[in-house]
Amino acid sequence: MTNKSVVGKIHSFQSLGTVDGPGVRFVVFFSGCNLRCACCHNPDTWNLNDGQNFFASEIVERVIKYKEYFGKDGGITISGGEPLLQAEFATEIFRLCKEQNINTCLDTSGSIFNDDVKKLLQVTDRVLLDVKYTDEQKYREFATCNLSPVLKFLDYLQEKNIPTTLRQVIIPTINDDKDNVIELKKIAHSHSVVDKIELLPFRKICQVKYDKLNIPFKFGALPEPTTELMQKLNGILEND
Amino acid sequence: MKHDNWNGFISGAWQDSIDVRDFIQTNYKPYCGSADFLALATPRTNKLMQKLNALFKEERAKGGVLDVDTETVSSLTAYKPGYLDKENEIIVGLQTSAPLKRGVNPFGGMRMVKQSCEAYGYTLSKKVQEEFKFRTTHNDGVYRAYSDEMRLARKCHVITGLPDAYGRGRIIGDYRRVALYGVDRLIEQKKKDKAEIAKNTFDAENTRLTEELFQQITFLNYLKEMALSYGYDISKPAKDTKEAVQWTYFAYLGAIKEQNGAAMSLGRVSTFFDIYIERDFALGILDEQGAQEILDDFVMKLRMARHLRTPEYNELFGGDPMWITEAVGGMGEDGRTLVTKSSFRMLNTLYTLGSSPEPNLTVLWSNALPTEFKKFCAKISIDTDSIQYENDDLMRPIYGDDYAIACCVSAMKVGKQMQFFGARCNLGKLLLIAINGGFDTTSGIHIGPQMQPLDLQVLDYDTVKNRFDIYLEWLCNLYVNTMNVIHYMHDKYAYEKTQMALHDTDVERFMAFGIAGLSVVTDSFSAIKHAKVSPVKDEKGFIIDFNTVGSFPKYGNDDDRVDLIAKDLAHQVITELRKTKTYRNAMHTLSVLTITSNVTYGKHTGATPDGRPAFAPFAPGANPMHNREENGALASLNSVAKISYLDCRDGISNTFSIVPDALGKDDVQRRDNLVSILDGYFGKKAHHLNVNVMNRETLIKAYENPEDYPNLTIRVSGYAVNFNKLSKEQQKEVISRTFHQSV
Repeated sequence: MTNKSVVGKIHSFQSLGTVDGPGVRFVVFFSGCNLRCACCHNPDTWNLNDGQNFFASEIVERVIKYKEYFGKDGGITISGGEPLLQAEFATEIFRLCKEQNINTCLDTSGSIFNDDVKKLLQVTDRVLLDVKYTDEQKYREFATCNLSPVLKFLDYLQEKNIPTTLRQVIIPTINDDKDNVIELKKIAHSHSVVDKIELLPFRKICQVKYDKLNIPFKFGALPEPTTELMQKLNGILEND
Repeated sequence: MKHDNWNGFISGAWQDSIDVRDFIQTNYKPYCGSADFLALATPRTNKLMQKLNALFKEERAKGGVLDVDTETVSSLTAYKPGYLDKENEIIVGLQTSAPLKRGVNPFGGMRMVKQSCEAYGYTLSKKVQEEFKFRTTHNDGVYRAYSDEMRLARKCHVITGLPDAYGRGRIIGDYRRVALYGVDRLIEQKKKDKAEIAKNTFDAENTRLTEELFQQITFLNYLKEMALSYGYDISKPAKDTKEAVQWTYFAYLGAIKEQNGAAMSLGRVSTFFDIYIERDFALGILDEQGAQEILDDFVMKLRMARHLRTPEYNELFGGDPMWITEAVGGMGEDGRTLVTKSSFRMLNTLYTLGSSPEPNLTVLWSNALPTEFKKFCAKISIDTDSIQYENDDLMRPIYGDDYAIACCVSAMKVGKQMQFFGARCNLGKLLLIAINGGFDTTSGIHIGPQMQPLDLQVLDYDTVKNRFDIYLEWLCNLYVNTMNVIHYMHDKYAYEKTQMALHDTDVERFMAFGIAGLSVVTDSFSAIKHAKVSPVKDEKGFIIDFNTVGSFPKYGNDDDRVDLIAKDLAHQVITELRKTKTYRNAMHTLSVLTITSNVTYGKHTGATPDGRPAFAPFAPGANPMHNREENGALASLNSVAKISYLDCRDGISNTFSIVPDALGKDDVQRRDNLVSILDGYFGKKAHHLNVNVMNRETLIKAYENPEDYPNLTIRVSGYAVNFNKLSKEQQKEVISRTFHQSV
């Protein structure tokens, strides 16, 4: 049964998502974020009220139109912004998707943890967990929040046995060191639900968004990582 | 009937009547495995290809034409045999006496031949001009019959690209018949057909057909003579793979010596050849390397095919394409796949010989295709951008399982159906003519029903739509009649004797119409409906521009409010066309295909209500307009998929360009995601997709330094081109076109 009353704020849609979860995915970007990360590439999604209102059922009607493209691996990904800020809305979308046999994937920082989030995880097939920094102090400084709730969130994923991809944006001079990657690997190894780690190169293509919004891009002056650096760090991930 | 050269084949109905499909179905071996078995190019092949690449380079350096034989009128037996490398070639036969040397073919029209020669620094010989002094060309005939209105429609470019000065093309002979049956058997059948017709009343149609059969038989004899000059007797069936490929190539070669049609497609030969290859494997007289080498040599020959064109023609079509379209893959009616190892081998030529626009390799995609084949195709697309995809699940129920593609997207049963090619009309221009009451502001020509320009401060949808309907009805009637004139005259003065000899005598005909500017008109109607469009008039009171204020749904975002306008427009056009009777009772069909001419069409069209500035390019084919897509690539694909194939039986072309990063993180992901996209798009009953996986930066570099990218191939509406053969203007348009990137 469709619950027409569940409404949420949406930033935008990407009908062809191939980098946010397995296979071909329809990506729904939620508005609103509880963090203000210095490396954020979607500052236009920060403000919840900038989003457009949609019923959960409207979103799913859109997603269904792309079912033919999903193949055996693809499906819907909810990203943002921070989907957990609108966990009830996300839950209703995923619930309706699961009725249609559409695979559900949640792209989150894992920095919010409450009963609504637990309900959401009941209808989530995979979590893309962005562990922004493995260092408590850096997390607080550059992601404006504590690391501990994120790790609790991951423990809960372990408890509920939800397949998880750990992700981290590699930012030169901030977290491009070997120790950080080894630490990330440790976190992964202590949670068997983590079956994949993705290191994402920091990109500054979002500078235009900051300019348009007239807010400073805190990491705007940092360089992008080189291909060699990414290869080196990925090499550390692969070798024990 | 039996023949020694058929030993080892499973017998069937194909022996008693001309039935290549039955031969294939009875004898072919489906292949569901991977591409691992494929062989690399042999040193011989590499050496020949190097030689050919050097000739291509020389041709480019000479402005696009290496040499012209201005003394000889092109025909099957007009030239002495020519070779690329006589000692080392496996498959022989050239259009003229030397590689890449172009012949002259004035049967379609003398003026175009003269202009083409002059454009490249040659002069058509007195001898050829004398020979044609007392001969009527197709072009002469057409202009004797064109009405004043037809001339005007042509002049103001509302109907354009018409095949009235050169060969119409788009006819695919069943070239395989020569290999399977030998020419004598085909002649025998045609003689029987002729005798059969003689039992009926000699009315106009039967008399014409009888004369055509006489010509077909004559040209089948010329074909034998041509092959004999190369030392081959093709009167009998081919006895092995090499002969089967050689015989088939001779048949195709005969066709392109006789005709300079716009599109001279090959058909569907790969799985046919596979049967011969498997037989030779079983006999132990051929191995994998040998099989690949024969196909490589054949494809090399196809890459050498050329017609002499004017620079204007090249500008319209982006280089001088031949559309040697080969349909690969697909499923059989019995559920077995038609993919064989030779489907792989044919596609493998893009690796063994390097990427190339020709032959125009077209994969007939079905959801049921073997997974390994799907993956191989996707990998080739990502590596070479040289193949296009068409929906076998959509076409097979209509055309059966032995159809092929003429040109870019025109399906027809091989040897059983043909089409009368009809270029396209410009719907964007038509909308402006309608708004201005029968005046084309860009050419200054009054045409169509004459009335006052619309006198509105703000355009309202119903008024504009009513106007448009009146003009569409007028145009469709004029368009069909214009085509009737062209094809009557083509049959009369430039009939395709070789190609039609390789068809059943009782052939089914299509008359293929086309529309350009679908997305422009769709978005214009959407703007008029949902935003505020105020016309801007010149001093004479004609509308020359529009102020469009407010947002409106745009085609390409999977939004029914506008997508259904496009779908309904296509339906309306074909419905109007059907109201006028066609020459030889051909079935009306419609395409949404512009090839590269979307740039040229735009150049002749003023500003439109969707906000497109005057003379700016249209989107190609059925593509949404550039930079109007807001929801990503699949939303755009879904919009195009809504146009009904039953309305557009001559094809709906869509070109999809994506940067590698937007397709996935690594090669395997990219390949698998592309397979998912193709499965999804065709699952939506879409018809055609060109796939380009490349960086915009690469194109910009190629634009700036063409010498560094001699073989950069990209897919445009319905076919592949060498990027360097596009005009600078077309190159810019391709670069500006939407490249799908992820957020």
